[in-house]
Amino acid sequence: MAENDAMPTLPKKCGPYISSVTSRGMNLVIRGIVLFFIGVFLALVLNLLQIQRNVTLFPPDVITSIFSSAWWVPPCCGTASAVIGLLYPCMDRHLGEPHKFKREWSSVMRCVAVFVGINHASAKVDFANNIQLSLTLAALSIGLWWTFDRSRSGFGLGVGIAFLATLVSQFLVYNGVYQYTSPDFLYVRSWLPCIFFAGGITMGNIGRQLAMVPLHRRSDRTELK
Amino acid sequence: MTLTEKLRERISRAFYSHGLLCASYPIPIILFTGLCILACCYPLLKLPLPGTGPVEYSTPVKDYFPPSPDPVSQQGDLGERPDWYVGAPVAYIQQIFVKATVSPWQKNFLAVDVFRSPLSRVFQLVEEIRNHALRDSSGVKSLEEVCLQVTDLLPGLKKLRNLLPEHGCLLLSPGNFWQNDRERFNADPDIIKTIHQHEPKTLQTSATLKDLLFGLPGKYSGVNLYNRKRVVSYTVTLGLQRYDSRFLSSLRSRLKLLHPSPNCTLREENIVHVHFKEEIGIAELIPLVTTYIILFAYIYFSTRKIDMVKSKWGLALAAVVTVLSSLLMSVGLCTLFGLTPTLNGGEIFPYLVVVIGLENVLVLTKSVVSTPVDLEVKLRIAQGLSNESWSIMKNMATELGIILIGYFTLVPAIQEFCLFAVVGLVSDFFLQMFFFTTVLSIDIRRMELADLNKRLPAEACLPPAKAVSRSQRYERQPALRPATPHTITLQPSSFRNLRLPKRLRVIYFFARTRLAQRLIMAGTVIWIGILVYTDPAGLRTYLTSQVTEQSPLGEAGLPPMPVPGGVLPAGDPKLDLSVFPADPVQLSENQTQQREQKSGLDSLSRLEANQHSWAQGPEGKGNGQTELGTEAEVTWGAEDEEIWRKLSFRHWPSLFSYYNITLAKRYISILPAIPVTLYLNPQEALEVRHPQEANRYHPFLASSGAKLGAAAQPDQASPKLQGHRDVTLYKVAALGLASGIILVLLLFCLYKVFCPKNYGQNGLAHSRRKRGDLPCDDYGYSPPETEIVPLVLRGHLMDIECLASDGMLLVSCCLVGQIRVWDAQTGDCLTVIPKPRLRRDSSGVFDYQESWDHSPDGKNSLDDSFESSHQLKRMLGPPQPPLFCDQPDLTSLIDTNFSEQVKVPESETRLRAVGGRQKEAGYDFSSLVGKVYEEHSTSNCIGFTGLPAPHGQAGSRSLGCGNEEGGCSSRRRSLGDESFTAFDKSSPLPSWGGDLESSVWSLDLQGNLIVAGRSNGKLEVWDAIEGTLRSSNEEGQSGITALVFLNHRIVAARLNGSLDFFSLETHTSFNHLQFRGAPSRSSIPSSPVFSSSDIITCQLTHTVSCAHQKPITALKAAAGRLVTGSQDHTLRVFRLEDSCCLFTLQGHSGAITAVYMDQTMVLASGGQDGAICLWDVLTGSKVSHMYAHRGDVTSLTCTTSCVISSGLDDVISIWDRSSGIKLYSIQQEMGCGASLGVISDNLLVTGGQGCVSFWDIGYGDLLQTVYLGKSNESQPARQILVLENAAIVCNFGSELSLVYVPSVLEKLD
Repeated sequence: MAENDAMPTLPKKCGPYISSVTSRGMNLVIRGIVLFFIGVFLALVLNLLQIQRNVTLFPPDVITSIFSSAWWVPPCCGTASAVIGLLYPCMDRHLGEPHKFKREWSSVMRCVAVFVGINHASAKVDFANNIQLSLTLAALSIGLWWTFDRSRSGFGLGVGIAFLATLVSQFLVYNGVYQYTSPDFLYVRSWLPCIFFAGGITMGNIGRQLAMVPLHRRSDRTELK
Repeated sequence: MTLTEKLRERISRAFYSHGLLCASYPIPIILFTGLCILACCYPLLKLPLPGTGPVEYSTPVKDYFPPSPDPVSQQGDLGERPDWYVGAPVAYIQQIFVKATVSPWQKNFLAVDVFRSPLSRVFQLVEEIRNHALRDSSGVKSLEEVCLQVTDLLPGLKKLRNLLPEHGCLLLSPGNFWQNDRERFNADPDIIKTIHQHEPKTLQTSATLKDLLFGLPGKYSGVNLYNRKRVVSYTVTLGLQRYDSRFLSSLRSRLKLLHPSPNCTLREENIVHVHFKEEIGIAELIPLVTTYIILFAYIYFSTRKIDMVKSKWGLALAAVVTVLSSLLMSVGLCTLFGLTPTLNGGEIFPYLVVVIGLENVLVLTKSVVSTPVDLEVKLRIAQGLSNESWSIMKNMATELGIILIGYFTLVPAIQEFCLFAVVGLVSDFFLQMFFFTTVLSIDIRRMELADLNKRLPAEACLPPAKAVSRSQRYERQPALRPATPHTITLQPSSFRNLRLPKRLRVIYFFARTRLAQRLIMAGTVIWIGILVYTDPAGLRTYLTSQVTEQSPLGEAGLPPMPVPGGVLPAGDPKLDLSVFPADPVQLSENQTQQREQKSGLDSLSRLEANQHSWAQGPEGKGNGQTELGTEAEVTWGAEDEEIWRKLSFRHWPSLFSYYNITLAKRYISILPAIPVTLYLNPQEALEVRHPQEANRYHPFLASSGAKLGAAAQPDQASPKLQGHRDVTLYKVAALGLASGIILVLLLFCLYKVFCPKNYGQNGLAHSRRKRGDLPCDDYGYSPPETEIVPLVLRGHLMDIECLASDGMLLVSCCLVGQIRVWDAQTGDCLTVIPKPRLRRDSSGVFDYQESWDHSPDGKNSLDDSFESSHQLKRMLGPPQPPLFCDQPDLTSLIDTNFSEQVKVPESETRLRAVGGRQKEAGYDFSSLVGKVYEEHSTSNCIGFTGLPAPHGQAGSRSLGCGNEEGGCSSRRRSLGDESFTAFDKSSPLPSWGGDLESSVWSLDLQGNLIVAGRSNGKLEVWDAIEGTLRSSNEEGQSGITALVFLNHRIVAARLNGSLDFFSLETHTSFNHLQFRGAPSRSSIPSSPVFSSSDIITCQLTHTVSCAHQKPITALKAAAGRLVTGSQDHTLRVFRLEDSCCLFTLQGHSGAITAVYMDQTMVLASGGQDGAICLWDVLTGSKVSHMYAHRGDVTSLTCTTSCVISSGLDDVISIWDRSSGIKLYSIQQEMGCGASLGVISDNLLVTGGQGCVSFWDIGYGDLLQTVYLGKSNESQPARQILVLENAAIVCNFGSELSLVYVPSVLEKLD
């Protein structure tokens, strides 16, 4: 563990300068937009992976297959990823334990690749049964967290996100908004929480990386006094 | 020693010897590795090349039976049988190939008549097929029983619902356009429109509806208005579930009987089985492409961290080669041991790379390049390897463990992946150890060779290297590190030249490498290649047909053969006629049209051009009757052979996919087509003509018939066709080009949008460098800290306050006001100021000891007459009057004065010295005078002027010259005889003591002159070598807070806000030299600027009495401008020549604490408000304003692209100079905030607790941390001064440390 949670939460100091506040706000917005688009993109691509499971041979028109999921799925994923990506650095700041582990883009890229790989595995690999699939994916997700995050707060937030997202999808399926082909965990697939967890970690990683400029500026200010 | 430690040491020892091995024999090892790679990749040759095109396999129709589903049972059957040829096919495809024409053609026919009546016959034909039934002994067998029953179309294909059959036999024909309803067809006013209404508007590579229903490519169908051959072709496609040879042959014979094709040469002996691989659609490619993009991003971000090597890209390439070939090796090895890869290699490849990673390679590189550069290459490699051995082994073990866990998931796919990954990891490790290490050693050797020459001068100024015991160091402990190297490798790298804004760098990169252009070119080439490869009519088919000797071209010359009778079962007596069409003339008589043709057999007047070459049967000839026009003849040629080959290779998959049947990894069997020839007479054509068509279409001949005669060459059609295809190719190429450009533009726009956010992200990782932590970079890897023993300059009693240097000399001043001059090369102390003695040959610590020992008994020693006389002689050397008479116009006078006075003062002083001793026995006046004279010429002068009368005159004369009130008053006072003794007693003594008390506030050095500004307002000019006071000025009363000494010009800023401009003037007096016997002075190293024999006068030229209202805190001069910063929150810009105030800059909300200005007239200022302002001195405008620090900005400096600031908050921030955006910041250790120095445009030195760290300014990478011996371990480096000879002076309290960075010299040139 690269951090200790015994550190007291530093009171957040307001920046004394108006310009830094506005630039921070601006920065936040830009980061949010970037995260949103990353989320939309990943949602589209990963949805495609899931769809390919059923349709092995594609009808000629590609565009329809890309947007074959319901229109609300990508925006929802985008919004969620923006929220998560902003939440992680924010939480780091509030806990006063800046994320230190492997903060660089190559590691983030690796993380995204592993996340896509987990999705790929969930969609493409034939497992004997669902329990096995879910357990494997859970192990992979934990491995993802261990490899790229290793912060307790990240784990907690990831679990929270997974729980919440699973709850929401249960609710959605219950209300018949959409459905899974073979639900095995109440109304959804049992690997869904793992995917959500891994997604949360990944988006958090991206968000932290994006937030490094402003976060650093702020941490400078709070450290000194 | 615990087990871990033992293990660790053993590993590290092994790695060390391995590194030695690799670096000693690089070439054999690389060859060996290459052989290993090739050997491991050899099994890959057996693997089929990847491709998604369908694969064909032909079996004779005779004795055909569906292969058994069990592949084992027919193992020995046929050696060439492909392994997919097992089980029944998805479907048998039977095509009935119809060629129809209207004959004879009448000139008044419309263009639409070419295909309307032939198409109308399809309904009849379909009816015939549908109703065909085989009656034999077992009963009646209808088509319904054998055909492929299809169910619903896919839900997404609602628009095709009426066109494709549902819930019944899969039977496709052009009649489907009209729902197989003749009435609809007749009522259709525009056939072309009906056919084309479902054609996609865009470029489409997959099968269209028209292709599906016609069963042959659209351009062969002849259904268009410009069909010159007037032959319409189409097929009726029949999908069969089972192969019933009897039923099929009966159908064939029946159709042939009904619609004989007399000259048909189609071969009918082979069933072609077409196996489709898993289709990769574009949609399926998207996730794949995404993973590859992520992979490349990963590789990019990883390899760009390779640094400080000779060829960055070469090493990056080696790293990628290592990973790739390890993967190939793993696949090869797995194949060798019978583990055939079933996974899609392209899909798992990115994940494998990510798992294997590039980290080890990078860590190795970093570790090796950070070993001391003066070691042998072998030893460097070995040390670097052994340093990282533990972490490498640990990582490897962890990864293997994870993969092992994955292996026990018992999921076949994951197991296979894990197996590959394990083999890949091991082979990757092997390659890293052998291949990459060796490449690295070669690279480093190259670097050393290249740098050897350049580094020599720098090393020459090094202290002689002490002999080190090069004992093998396995551990990464600082204590074991060699203590010798005072060197830090900092490679000149073209990548570090400039910290441009990232956007610009990307643009430059694009421009430099023409990346976009090349990408587009490569993309186009690849696209064309794919097109050629996948085009069904393209190269590949041609090649395969060449290989299998079934070339359609080769067959063109073959004479038509009768269809072998063996094809069909002989049991059906009805077939005899059609099976052996021995006499086509006979057969043709069955039909009325043929009869008409026969009538015109003898007339050869109008030979239809496209028939003369190969038409064998009854040749269609015009019979010369004008009203009949030409007669058409349907020919069957080689180009009609297996017409389905000309279809898109996605034809069948897309057809079946409409019914949710996949052909992926399955096959279909295509039966030989049944040829059907239809001749329609003109009456029939006229009958079916739609009333609207008559007025819509012009007569056929009117449009095209006129050209017929002229362009009646047989190969007329083919160039047309060719041209058409070329146009398509051009269209594709143009589209590709356009889309490529758009893509690049889009990416560029996206980049521009996202750019500010990633701005400077790479440098920020250092934020985590906390107090007490080892400095390390974002990789979790801290460059091994080196320890060197710096030259420690000791001597100051108290903390050092000011430092100045000109590269050769180093001047420091401590709190008590003692100034020491050091040789910046050797670290010797040359001079101590003030000094009680005047020994010129003294140096270093020795001098220090002596001088301080000397002072208590100075009186005794100075009692010595020789000594005193010697002193006095020296004292008198530089005569006093010029000091008073500063005015240039009086110099001549003074010089003349001097020549006549020289003797007098000498004698006088002798007298006076003796007299003084006699007069005041208890008070050693002369010795005091002697001492004070050096530093206090004015007070000395007073002593002189007081005694002798002639000198008094000179003094009064000089007073007349002096026009400054303050100076005058003091002198006037000294003139009075009554005050003389008092002054004489009080003034020298307190002045001496006062000098110690009045500390030096500012210091500057140029040539061999030191300018010191004291807190009591006195400005002194000292000779640095001799330690003599050359000039002094105490016209100002308030302390000099800042000084600028620039080319004979001194500007002093004072506490009261006034600004004094002085000019130094030298007067070379040769006669004086002669008089004194100048050669004795020549032993002193002559200074570049001012000879010690020159008379230097410091003359106040101008005073700006109220430059600022509050004390001036900062002063900088450059580019002919002078900038002052004051506590009154303003900056002022003066012109140096005429001390004219140009601008007053307001913008800070606190006192100015730091100012920087360089030749580009860019001014940076930092204040107590923590803000940094950038100004343009030319216009006096504020360029940017950044809030930088919490607390004062303590120092500020700029490179060509960055502004570097440090604050009281112990943070060093690096800003982009042009945009004012913060690039990153470095957290300093407590108390080291202001210690920073810029060595070159991209190398920054910061101080820490007993160490200095080197940073790459452009990237914010920590390059190296150098510990400066044990003695300074706990002390923070307060100040850093970078000398020109690449030495760094750090101020550790009362000590200075001199650190050499020789290789920096390379960066400077």
